[in-house]
Amino acid sequence: MDLFSFKKPKNELESAPEEYQNTPFIPEEMWIKCPKCNTMILTTDMEENLHICTKCGHHFRMNAKQRIRTLADEDTFVEYDSDIESTHILDFPGYDKKLEKAREKGSKESVICGECKIGGVDTVMCVMDSGFMMGSMGTVTGEKITRAFEYATEKELPVIVCTVSGGARMQEGIMSLMQMAKTSGAVKRHSDAGQLYITVLTDPTTGGVTASFAMEGDIILAEPDTLVAFAGPRVIEQTIRQKLPKDFQTSEFVLQKGFVDAVVSRSKLKSTLEKLLRIHGYGGEVSAQ
Amino acid sequence: MTAYEKVLAARDAKKLTTVDYISHMFGESFFELHGDRRYADDKAVIAGLAMLYDTPVTVIGLEKGRNTKERMERNFGQAHPEGYRKALRLMKQAEKFHRPVLCFVDTSGAYPGIGAEERGQGQAIAENIMEMMTLKTPILTVLIGEGGSGGALALAVADEVWMMENSVYSVISPEGCASILWKDSTKAPQAAEALKMTAQDLFDLGVVERIIRQPGADDTAMFESLKLLISRTLEKNLALSADELTEARYERFRKIGCPQENK
Repeated sequence: MDLFSFKKPKNELESAPEEYQNTPFIPEEMWIKCPKCNTMILTTDMEENLHICTKCGHHFRMNAKQRIRTLADEDTFVEYDSDIESTHILDFPGYDKKLEKAREKGSKESVICGECKIGGVDTVMCVMDSGFMMGSMGTVTGEKITRAFEYATEKELPVIVCTVSGGARMQEGIMSLMQMAKTSGAVKRHSDAGQLYITVLTDPTTGGVTASFAMEGDIILAEPDTLVAFAGPRVIEQTIRQKLPKDFQTSEFVLQKGFVDAVVSRSKLKSTLEKLLRIHGYGGEVSAQ
Repeated sequence: MTAYEKVLAARDAKKLTTVDYISHMFGESFFELHGDRRYADDKAVIAGLAMLYDTPVTVIGLEKGRNTKERMERNFGQAHPEGYRKALRLMKQAEKFHRPVLCFVDTSGAYPGIGAEERGQGQAIAENIMEMMTLKTPILTVLIGEGGSGGALALAVADEVWMMENSVYSVISPEGCASILWKDSTKAPQAAEALKMTAQDLFDLGVVERIIRQPGADDTAMFESLKLLISRTLEKNLALSADELTEARYERFRKIGCPQENK
């Protein structure tokens, strides 16, 4: 891979914060085609540009660890409950193997929860991971998010949740469905305690996550190029037997329909979150680094 | 009966629907209330006031319809956001008058359509779930047929959830599960087993408190005993303070799927 490193073209990314540039990265594929503008771009360039197309600004998906690096102040993220792991509670055929395979990719669960500073402001943050069974909500997902909210309520901290989910985790059946109620209960208590909850909808946010904590934020932000849906487009097409309009269920669409407060580019996300936290009085006298 | 036979029984067009439960248990006392005050009246959700013996109650149910014409009108029991918002409006009203809420669930799921998405199906369900969690009046939910995913849960965040013997409750239909996981919807019977969606399964998992036996021959006796059970449960919960009630409801869901740390 060293062979190619000298070819890396200069672009506006050179001005990106140091933390992104220092991320060691060994690409599986050197080039990636942007699905929006069809340009071939260097994977490293895309990665260093917050996973945004350097040509047209299309937002590629990023995993939870990458996202935490882009949002949390350097070295401030402390993970909670990393030791609870899904078990095949219903003995659903094949589920244990699927879990094993998902863990091999590097994540332990479909959400990482913890505490960090954003622009110097203490906050609890939960980031879902599309790399783990497409962010599906199982009992451990629900438990970790519930605990994060309970902790934030106790410590009087705001919560930021970055959602990405294909929906409920079928292999956990009804127990998965119940996590919608469990997490919503914890969100409500946090809200009733007067604390701020911001959701950041990222691609794709669907199903049981949309129909619970994703839509329960005081402020709901969405990234561009994000599918935001309860029922996914395929299910709807099968039901109504017609093709859906092109921009249906995009973040811009749900903004227009009144279900998100703002669509925020990834490059402005961290500063937007910091601003919103400070408007709500968090981080009082702590000066931003 | 196998799990899948129970699924088919729960979907049986000839079985009792919410309208039957309301007319048998509340008769003339039922007064239907319409509309969500925001967009429309969703006929997939039937709601109103009724007398349970001497106690006024708010009754809300998902209604599939009993014949083709009704089923079309009721959208086969698949509610739109306005249906869930009507339900929430009347739950809030019940809270104001400290009137218990009785919900009947019978739906294959919330409707997956263009209008439903445009008007925020996910948001409507999320809001119901969150608000029901702290509603300061007793809520009891009875699943009388199909309990399909979020569209069912939006009326089932209750102090107790009961299931009729031949009802099912699941995160996804067995057909949907089989076609997604195994690319073969004919494997629905296996999926129905694996999903653990029968009343007995859910009782064993601690997700529902009671199974109501359905003898089949004599509905009148069944309705009488169900009515009595509902009345006793609601009276018991009416005696609790708002804090006791909502704390117990929170704990009811909090403990579901609470894994132990792997040390």
